[in-house]
Amino acid sequence: MSLLHLAVLSPLLLAILIPFLHKYFKSIHTGWFLLPLPAVLFVYFLQFISTTGHGGTVMETVPWISSLGIDFTLKVDGLGLLFALLITGIGALVVLYSIYYLNPDKEKLNTFYVYLLLFMGAMLGVVLSDNLIVLYTFWELTSFSSFLLIGYWNHRERSRYGAQKSMLITVFGGLSMLGGILMLYIITGTFSISETIEMSNEVVNHPLFTATLILFLLGAFTKSAQFPFHIWLPDAMEAPTPVSAYLHSATMVKAGIYLVARMTPVFAHSGTWVWLVAGVGVITLFWGSFSAVKQTDLKAILAFSTVSQLGMIMSLLGAGAAALHYGTIGDGYYIVAVTAAVFHLINHATFKGSLFMVTGIIDHETGTRDIRKLGGLMNFMPITFTLAIIGTFSMAGIPPFNGFLSKEMFFTGMLRIAEMDIFNMDTWGILFPIIAWTASVFTFLYSMMYVFKTFMGKYQPEKLEKKPHEAPIGMLISPVILASLVIVFGFFPNVLSDSIISPAMGAILPSLLESGEGFEVHISHWHGPTAELFMTIGVITIGILLYKFMPKWAGIYSKLPSRMSFNRFYDRGTELLELTSRNITKSYMTGFIRSYLVYIFSFFILALASTLIFKNAFKLDLSDVAPIRFFEVVLVLIMAVSAITILFAKSRLTSIILLGAVGYTVALFFVLFRAPDLALTQLVIETVSVALFLLAFYHLPQIRRNEERIRFRATNALISIAVGAIVTMIALSAHSNKTFNSISEYYVENTYKKAGGENMVNVILVDFRGFDTMFEIAVLGIAALGIFAMIKLRLTRGRELDENK
Amino acid sequence: MKTNDVILQTVTKFVLFVIILFSIHLFFAGHYYPGGGFIGGLMTSGAIVLLLLAFDIKTVKMILPFDYIKVVAVGLLIAIGTGSGALFFNMPFLTHAYTYAYLPLLGKTSLHTAVLFDTGVFLVVIGVTMTIIQTIGESE
Repeated sequence: MSLLHLAVLSPLLLAILIPFLHKYFKSIHTGWFLLPLPAVLFVYFLQFISTTGHGGTVMETVPWISSLGIDFTLKVDGLGLLFALLITGIGALVVLYSIYYLNPDKEKLNTFYVYLLLFMGAMLGVVLSDNLIVLYTFWELTSFSSFLLIGYWNHRERSRYGAQKSMLITVFGGLSMLGGILMLYIITGTFSISETIEMSNEVVNHPLFTATLILFLLGAFTKSAQFPFHIWLPDAMEAPTPVSAYLHSATMVKAGIYLVARMTPVFAHSGTWVWLVAGVGVITLFWGSFSAVKQTDLKAILAFSTVSQLGMIMSLLGAGAAALHYGTIGDGYYIVAVTAAVFHLINHATFKGSLFMVTGIIDHETGTRDIRKLGGLMNFMPITFTLAIIGTFSMAGIPPFNGFLSKEMFFTGMLRIAEMDIFNMDTWGILFPIIAWTASVFTFLYSMMYVFKTFMGKYQPEKLEKKPHEAPIGMLISPVILASLVIVFGFFPNVLSDSIISPAMGAILPSLLESGEGFEVHISHWHGPTAELFMTIGVITIGILLYKFMPKWAGIYSKLPSRMSFNRFYDRGTELLELTSRNITKSYMTGFIRSYLVYIFSFFILALASTLIFKNAFKLDLSDVAPIRFFEVVLVLIMAVSAITILFAKSRLTSIILLGAVGYTVALFFVLFRAPDLALTQLVIETVSVALFLLAFYHLPQIRRNEERIRFRATNALISIAVGAIVTMIALSAHSNKTFNSISEYYVENTYKKAGGENMVNVILVDFRGFDTMFEIAVLGIAALGIFAMIKLRLTRGRELDENK
Repeated sequence: MKTNDVILQTVTKFVLFVIILFSIHLFFAGHYYPGGGFIGGLMTSGAIVLLLLAFDIKTVKMILPFDYIKVVAVGLLIAIGTGSGALFFNMPFLTHAYTYAYLPLLGKTSLHTAVLFDTGVFLVVIGVTMTIIQTIGESE
């Protein structure tokens, strides 16, 4: 267990303590207990820059299931470190913000922070593990914690809907990815990412390659809300705003980007990858920004904007992957797309994080997020207004903020993808810069809407729940830090280039580097009168025009057929799924125990009889049997008589007593065969179960033998005779087929020697096969809970019904 | 329903302790003679069931005010805890250890971590049986 492992697991460990801290320190906001952790982790991860900055990596392994190739291996390289810093850095700011955002008297802080820590640990695990199975485990954990956080206000119907939607979509992607991981394992024989990357040539030429690639991309696209899976992200905005800022903009949704970046060295040699990643990315970019313009909820605007920005980063990664084809760095012609992707990843986290926090402040101080009700807030919230200006202008790509720099590089990347002479890019490739530019116009448009409709325009106090005023200082600290980063990165982008961006690129495109070499990254503001510059000027001009004449053209949104939307498709799909599964379940879950027993026994007969027949297993060998004694004959007679009498018993009481007689006779058999432990157990069990039967006696309906039809009784008879016959046949065959030596000799020898006991049965129970016993008692416990829940819940349900009357 | 089970109730008051003592004996004897946690637990539950039959659920709840679901939980925790204990000595999960000690009055006695595990089993069995019987009995 290294310090690195401890660092990754520390959020999960702290999560155990949170409920107690919450309980015993009521007067202190629970968030304060959390705050030091991400801050310390951030500083801890900063130290790694000195290693990764020179292309070095740190790798630590803790053996887990080594026999299956699954070890808890953590690897810090440029890419992992970038994400780790984002997770811990933004995490610390979000926790600080949440302390002022969440009211300790109204909200359940303990659950909130437990979920948040769960997420933080899981996310660190995703970006730092070098083992695909470990990565997958953490990946699903992020989906679960996201589900819990979206549904945090679980009394709201929309929260539950959003939580379920995100869960269904991301877990669908996660499972697809698991399929991809397993296929990759079939190809390479290893779960280690580093080793897989080294074998990328074999991967590309394997027949399973395309299927693996698509499954991995499904995982990445669902998680990063790429078109058409983006529909979960806007609904995820039902989560508290700090969560939206953290999970659904800065970190979790970037897990898909991380996966694509991480797997680029493995998959990117194929044209399928480049086309899919760049194509889906650019469509998402356009659709997200186009949809964002029609939103009226500030958070919805940001949600669609996040979708669109994620698409942008995705398309850049796809475009940059083409660089792998040229084998060397060359003049870095295509690599600029990857630089832009990494740089924009950081920029997006800073400006979008601060914008979400600004939205939270507006919501908190005015009581609404609807831009139709907001307006003229500039005078009331000058600091928030400044923050919003910085954030949105950066998002829109206006100089001098960092968004401008990455937006220019994005245009460069898109222009160059159209010039590529591989993968048929010369045919449709020209669409990339066109769509990218159009999408940027809409990005500009919604950015302006966000800031001007909220802060400028007419102040409408009558529509607001509260009188707006500036937020408390605590809520402003985090967005101020993020906004200052926007400016710092805008003016001095090169503080990041050698420390963060270049190592991260080294991890994405390792095959282009000789050992010890690093990517030269230099980001500058002014490139001369290039095409990119004119594209930016075009975006701003057209954007302003569109903003001015918005009422004239906004009608096109209502022209879009709402019946065709993906949301509708999802809703109908889940409805249909529920309906179908309910109908299927209803068709066999009749509510009668008898039916279930019929299913179980029919299957039992079918499975065992067919095995007996097809394996030719039935054998009768009477050579080695003990003689039948008088007592045994008597006992068998008693048993047979009581069993048959049950069939004709008129009342349940008689049946219960007869059943008891059968049970006690079995116990006597155990005595005859010298198995005192079994005999004792059987006796007590019989006693207790007869008592139980008597207790339940009152609840059971009268036996109605006369009303039963012939068919009903024939089925019963057939099944019971068949079960009896098969059990007998198996018992006889088991005695006759001795394919290997019995294990009993081992127990006879070792019971005293190894376990220090003399009663073999008990030593087997508690020691040799202790695992079985442990699970058995666990099952018993679950059964007890089940019975308890069924009976108690039924009672409360009945009571509720009474109250309703 | 008014019952008048003087004989049953009087007998129960004495027999109950005999059964419980016997079940404890069975529990401890387990490693060397017939018995063990499972049988011991069942026997104790049998004693409580006898109490239930002689008196009624309310009285028994007053005499033995246990929340049997918690008994199940405690039992499971003890069993799993004993198993995990081995991990601290770098042994596989559920490895047992034993030693012999000379205790005052008892003489040479074997001390075995399996007893702890069996205690878990014992409690779970009592808890489960009594939870089931109590919930079904109370639901009338």
